[in-house]
Amino acid sequence: MKILTILKQVPDAESRVRVQHGSLDLTGATFVLDGMDEYGVEHGLRLRESGIDAEVVAVGYGPSSTDQAVRTALAMGADRAVLVEGDAFDDPLTVALALAGVVRDEAADLVFVGGKQADWDSAALGPALAEALAWAHVDWTTEFALDGDAFEAVHDVDDGSETLRGRLPVVVTTQQGLNEPRYPTLPNIMKARRKALDTRSAEVGQELMVVTGHTGMERERRREMLEGDARSAAAELVRRLRDEAKVLREEGR
Amino acid sequence: MILIVAEHAHGAARKSAFELVAAGRALATASGSPLAALVIGADPSSVATELAGFVPDVHVVTDPGLEPMRSEMATRAVVHAAETLGARVVLVPGSRSGQSYGPRVAMRLGGAYLEDVTDVSYEGSDVVAQRPTYLARISATVRSQAQRVVVSVKLGALAVAPLADATGRVHQLDVPFADEDRRLEPGPREAAAKGRVALEEADVVVCGGRGFGSSEAFERHVVGLADRLGAGVGATRAVVDAGWRPYGEQIGQTGKAVAPSLYLALAVSGAVQHLSGMNRSRVIVAVNKDADAPIFKVADYGIVGDVLEVVPALEEALAGRD
Ligand SMILES: Cc1cc2nc3c(=O)[nH]c(=O)nc-3n(C[C@H](O)[C@H](O)[C@H](O)COP(=O)(O)OP(=O)(O)OC[C@H]3O[C@@H](n4cnc5c(N)ncnc54)[C@H](O)[C@@H]3O)c2cc1C
Ligand SMILES: Nc1ncnc2c1ncn2[C@@H]1O[C@H](COP(=O)(O)O)[C@@H](O)[C@H]1O
Repeated sequence: MKILTILKQVPDAESRVRVQHGSLDLTGATFVLDGMDEYGVEHGLRLRESGIDAEVVAVGYGPSSTDQAVRTALAMGADRAVLVEGDAFDDPLTVALALAGVVRDEAADLVFVGGKQADWDSAALGPALAEALAWAHVDWTTEFALDGDAFEAVHDVDDGSETLRGRLPVVVTTQQGLNEPRYPTLPNIMKARRKALDTRSAEVGQELMVVTGHTGMERERRREMLEGDARSAAAELVRRLRDEAKVLREEGR
Repeated sequence: MILIVAEHAHGAARKSAFELVAAGRALATASGSPLAALVIGADPSSVATELAGFVPDVHVVTDPGLEPMRSEMATRAVVHAAETLGARVVLVPGSRSGQSYGPRVAMRLGGAYLEDVTDVSYEGSDVVAQRPTYLARISATVRSQAQRVVVSVKLGALAVAPLADATGRVHQLDVPFADEDRRLEPGPREAAAKGRVALEEADVVVCGGRGFGSSEAFERHVVGLADRLGAGVGATRAVVDAGWRPYGEQIGQTGKAVAPSLYLALAVSGAVQHLSGMNRSRVIVAVNKDADAPIFKVADYGIVGDVLEVVPALEEALAGRD
């Protein structure tokens, strides 16, 4: 069987992101494989290592610099890699349509997608890709096991978690808890650098959504430190919350 | 027309439904088009009646397979309603379920998907929205001219609608579900702790971090304080990973995003992934024994101290207030 794992390159969480004159400024940002995507690579590898006859293909989407993220997946142990060159800001529906072509060409049975992107804060790609393929999807997955072409998954829902059973093909979006991704070893990193990438360019249709501006979201905070021992600081806090910030309702329980 | 998808639990509309009513009314007024609500479920009649007090037309899809909610069945129902009723804008909640069927609905309608927005309006004939990006540090303005636009609205981002006088009509809608819509078979469900306010609906959230040291201390101090305040209980990923609390209580990039009036971060370091789930809170309080903890940078009020001493002192101060 063939397992595809979709990859994106995003600014490292510690990178500064700023807005300058309404546009995004990522100067100095370090770009890395999205942590959410690592869970998909890892799960593909674990399924292969469990004795299932599977090929794991890493598929990156983004600017040509995304080859770095793709090589990280190769260094983790993916068998092959495809890089679909597109814009870093293509919207998830557009990306899903482009990736659906790759999934069909590869005749994949199982596709992993990161649960939430660290740049666009989006959880849409997985469901959109499944829809483009007319497949089912399981989102926010914390457990995924295969038995032949039958799978059992546990995923998060609004009020807790739920078990879902079904048959391949399926798109699975990842979530922390699914596994602990491995670190690539140095020899594997060296080997991955020399591997050939199958590079193609995305055929993007008309954009249905455009981004027209950015604003910083960080709010001004009071940043007042309340001094004294625990008792007096706590008493002062309650007073401030009640009289100054007015966020304590009077009917305490 | 503007169509809102009203979600519900235990026979009552969720708070998100009334947030969508408010957004839907504003869009309907701006575009001079009618507003309708869609309620889907195994037995959603009481919810439909409730919503008819807010919206002139409520469309109801009843099918036992809709509970628990299956994404593909919801997709079929919402797409069918949007096409039959001729909706330009479909508003869905930014819940886990809304974010599961929302992209599918947009894709099947051949429309645009504006995801997890904090604000939505018309500018001319464009639908314009604000959405948090980059771990909720940057708000992006997104815009669509598409014939159909599906918008998921971040939970708790908008004020709930006041009750309208109108007594709306309730209509039954037949949806041609296909076998494939039921191809995933739901098994056991694990519910989050009952009886406490839902995290996304809570006006006050008490969140505990790894600094409590054990699940017992977390239970005693964080849950104890939350119960006193009638607040929701939140946890960091470190706490969830340690197995002290369920995933459903995790706040942050990979957990829930909340925006209560008051957020208490107790023994929480303040990693960016955590901040992205709580930085829209109105007032933030941080208690941490490390004066350099990053959480103090986003706090309105900070106390440097041991939570095992400060929380009992807080309980005492609150008790003295009653
Ligand atoms: C892809 C990805 C996604 C993530 N998603 C999330 C997410 O959704 N939510 C999330 O929370 N994290 C998330 N994280 C993890 C995040 O980076 C942090 O590791 C996590 O938030 C730390 O949790 P914490 O603050 O409880 O623990 P720590 O960082 O260990 O902080 C504990 C704090 O408690 C203080 N402390 C200790 N003892 C006491 C005491 N007795 N009294 C007072 N203070 C005390 C310490 O000074 C410290 O500041 C994610 C990480 C990654 C890579
Ligand atoms: N996820 C992302 N978000 C924003 N910018 C990105 C992202 N990924 C890559 N980039 C930027 O896009 C540049 C390449 O753009 P391009 O000219 O399209 O090849 C990279 O050098 C990065 O600065």
